[in-house]
Amino acid sequence: MSRQSLSKAHKKITELSWEPTFATPAKRFGTDYTFDKAPKKDPLKQILRSYFPMEEEKDNRVFGAMDGAIRGNMFRQVQERWMEWQKLFLSIIPFPEISAARAMPMAIDAVPNPEIHNGLAVQMIDEVRHSTIQMNLKRLYMNHYIDPAGFDITEKAFSNSYCGTIGRQFGEGFITGDAITAANIYLTVVAETAFTNTLFVAMPSEAAANGDYLLPTVFHSVQSDESRHISNGYSILLMALADEDNRKLLERDLRYAWWNNHCVVDAAIGTFIEYGTKDRRKDRDSYAEMWRRWIYDDYYRSYLIPLEKYGLTIPHDLVEEAWDRIYNQHYVHRVAQFFATGWPVNYWRIDPMTDRDFEWFEEKYPGWYNQFGRWWEEYSRLRHPGANKPIAFENVGYEYPHRCWSCMVPCLIRSDMVTDKVDGQWRTYCSETCAWTDKVAFRPEYEGRPTPNMGRLTGKREWETLYHGQDLADIITDLGYVRDDGRTLVPQPHLDLDDPKKLWTLDDVRGITFNSPNVLLNQMSDAEREAHVAAYRANPNVTPAA
Amino acid sequence: MASAETTPQRTFPQLEFTGAEAGLREFPGSRSRAYNYFTPQKLRATMYEDVTFDVQPDPERHLSQGWIYGFADGPGGYPKDWTLLKSSDWHRFLDPNEEWEQTIYRNNSSVVRQIQLNLENARKADAYAGWSSGWVTFVERNLGAWMHAEHGLGMHVFLSEQRSAPTNMINNAIAVNSAHKLRFAQDLALYNLDLSESDIAFDGGVHKRTWQQDPVWQGVRENVERLTAIGDWAESLFAANVVFESLVGVLFRSHLVMQISARNGDYVTPTLVGAGEHDYDRDLRYTRALFRLLTGDETYGAANRDVLQGWLDKWVPSSVRAAHELQPIWSQPQDRVVTFADSWAHAVSGFRGLLSDLDLSEPKGLAQ
Repeated sequence: MSRQSLSKAHKKITELSWEPTFATPAKRFGTDYTFDKAPKKDPLKQILRSYFPMEEEKDNRVFGAMDGAIRGNMFRQVQERWMEWQKLFLSIIPFPEISAARAMPMAIDAVPNPEIHNGLAVQMIDEVRHSTIQMNLKRLYMNHYIDPAGFDITEKAFSNSYCGTIGRQFGEGFITGDAITAANIYLTVVAETAFTNTLFVAMPSEAAANGDYLLPTVFHSVQSDESRHISNGYSILLMALADEDNRKLLERDLRYAWWNNHCVVDAAIGTFIEYGTKDRRKDRDSYAEMWRRWIYDDYYRSYLIPLEKYGLTIPHDLVEEAWDRIYNQHYVHRVAQFFATGWPVNYWRIDPMTDRDFEWFEEKYPGWYNQFGRWWEEYSRLRHPGANKPIAFENVGYEYPHRCWSCMVPCLIRSDMVTDKVDGQWRTYCSETCAWTDKVAFRPEYEGRPTPNMGRLTGKREWETLYHGQDLADIITDLGYVRDDGRTLVPQPHLDLDDPKKLWTLDDVRGITFNSPNVLLNQMSDAEREAHVAAYRANPNVTPAA
Repeated sequence: MASAETTPQRTFPQLEFTGAEAGLREFPGSRSRAYNYFTPQKLRATMYEDVTFDVQPDPERHLSQGWIYGFADGPGGYPKDWTLLKSSDWHRFLDPNEEWEQTIYRNNSSVVRQIQLNLENARKADAYAGWSSGWVTFVERNLGAWMHAEHGLGMHVFLSEQRSAPTNMINNAIAVNSAHKLRFAQDLALYNLDLSESDIAFDGGVHKRTWQQDPVWQGVRENVERLTAIGDWAESLFAANVVFESLVGVLFRSHLVMQISARNGDYVTPTLVGAGEHDYDRDLRYTRALFRLLTGDETYGAANRDVLQGWLDKWVPSSVRAAHELQPIWSQPQDRVVTFADSWAHAVSGFRGLLSDLDLSEPKGLAQ
């Protein structure tokens, strides 16, 4: 279809909407934003007559590549270290995708612009595509990769693991609370416009470097839909900016959405890229370098800062703080260390780091070895069962962390941890901004203005609380992370499949009691808690030299 | 210009044979090559089940920490009380169309290709030249008005509902239903554009006035607008796909347009409207499966039938009235092949069959 006829066709389909007079569409999802003064902003023109064949063609390419990968036995050359992390990543990502589909009616309810409705409706179909194409990729991995355990339990594990709640924010945040906060600012303006760059562009390139060219095939196909979604989000943002009453809410939501996306996405994707790769070429970009390029330069400088011309206050401080956490405070490395500490309650295997990895980390993140090197040496030493417990229960100088009540990633930059009694309970937060998210942003009033549509933080927010005081073997059995022989664990702190004696079983972890840091914190007296928090914040959590 | 000496040498990832393919080693779990957290309907899970089941978590299945974000006035996620209907296990519903990515794009691409081919051929054959002025008026007004109904259902009924049902299987089926409606509405709009650009005297703008002002269409418009205002997702699905579509949609598309077009020298319109009918066949298939499951539920079946019976009492009169107000358009074409009474009898017969499938009684207003 030519450009001219596309414009004409698009103009024609805008005639389909009308102003109702008998009844107006139900407002199922409220917003505190107003669009009374909003000019109509037109997103990218998209008509379904050209959309469906275009997507079918994209699909055909993806499925052709999948056939090729199987025929060419791609799995002869994929790195197990990489594939194991895909058990976590691909358990998480289909839910945010389908949540994005579910978020579209929320935005449609809130925004009185039929032209945007059309773009949002197409996005809904895209997101169903993304969710199911990703589930299918995982199915292919399960069928053709050497170790299917962990892929086989995928959506259950996503629902009941300690990592699921970290990933689930990236989906539940799209579909709950104020419709514009969720479906526009959090989902489109921040998650899709900023963080899909690392998710769907940076990570696939790392997959290719590890012998997996199917992840890039699928995720680049997904990413090619995102430009339309970004356009939808930007149109709504400009409409919201037209009304001065929205300004405070926009600034609140940009702060919350930026910070939460940083906490959650950088934790996960940073770990996959830095600790899932075997590619240690010195000129290979680190996650920090990728972040600087894709998020700091491409998003912050090219997309966010220009919004200042509309009088919007951009969270410069939080962008700089996120960068500081990633590069100087070793945020990603602390997360990876936490995932590896918690290996018995994972549903994937984590490869120990080697001298080659150490050298690369030190080159890219000066000071890495002093903070993490000896711990990873201990991780490697303790990787097989028989003579020792899992590393989390051995004395290697690592104190299991408190979990952040808001972003649910643990409080890993320990000196930044905030503690407060909120809603009658002692809570810990990884940062001042996460504390603000719970105490100020997600409340029915914001800076003296009623915000009756803002969402609430709910659920059993600290995973460890579910299993406080229980035996580790019973916990793993309850989670279902046991292989089909009924005793060998799905997770292992190594990749050695050659000798069954090297594989941990339920017997190897029986008799170990698992505790919740938050339950213990709430049991402390005020003096005990104060001392505990001070010690926690001061503890560098470094494994001492042998 | 950089010299060869100053250009840094590029490096590339090293290819390494790792032997990470299935079956190379035997160890616990090495043969566990099926998703094991749900029970497939048959012995082996279908592709559809694999890519759909449990992607939307449920606190009653595996979601141990519950939903972690809530609305200001209630829980987040997909609360089951967003409809009055109840189920012993919502997850038992599987879409008989088994819609997932590939089916969505294959089916809809086939339809749009077929339609574009037909329209191109019609243009080449100057197919509209032989239309009588009465038929031109019929198409520009009535088919033109109908596309608004399709769009309204797609954009503000089905698209909205797919946020709210308690399982991914239900929501995905409804999302596909929404896509069908939106595509069909656009197919009709672009057909309208083609006709406007043809050599016949076709008013491409009159559809808006017809839809918003012509008394014969106001019952349909009112029905559609009231469907968009329903808060209960299952009620709007039932009132749209079971009641409105049976009594108004099928009546107009199948028992009027499809019957009379050819006799009025129009072989193009039925190919478009037939595609809409094909969509509805698919959409009715999942709708029937869902409501049969609910009316046959061992615990809640009787209560669900009561609720649905109430919804019939509430929505059938609106659709009966909308259908009857359309009656004058049966007299508009020159060649009147069918009477309204015949068309209505066919539509009612189909509706009765559907009610019987769902174990529901005929509501009072139907015999009108």
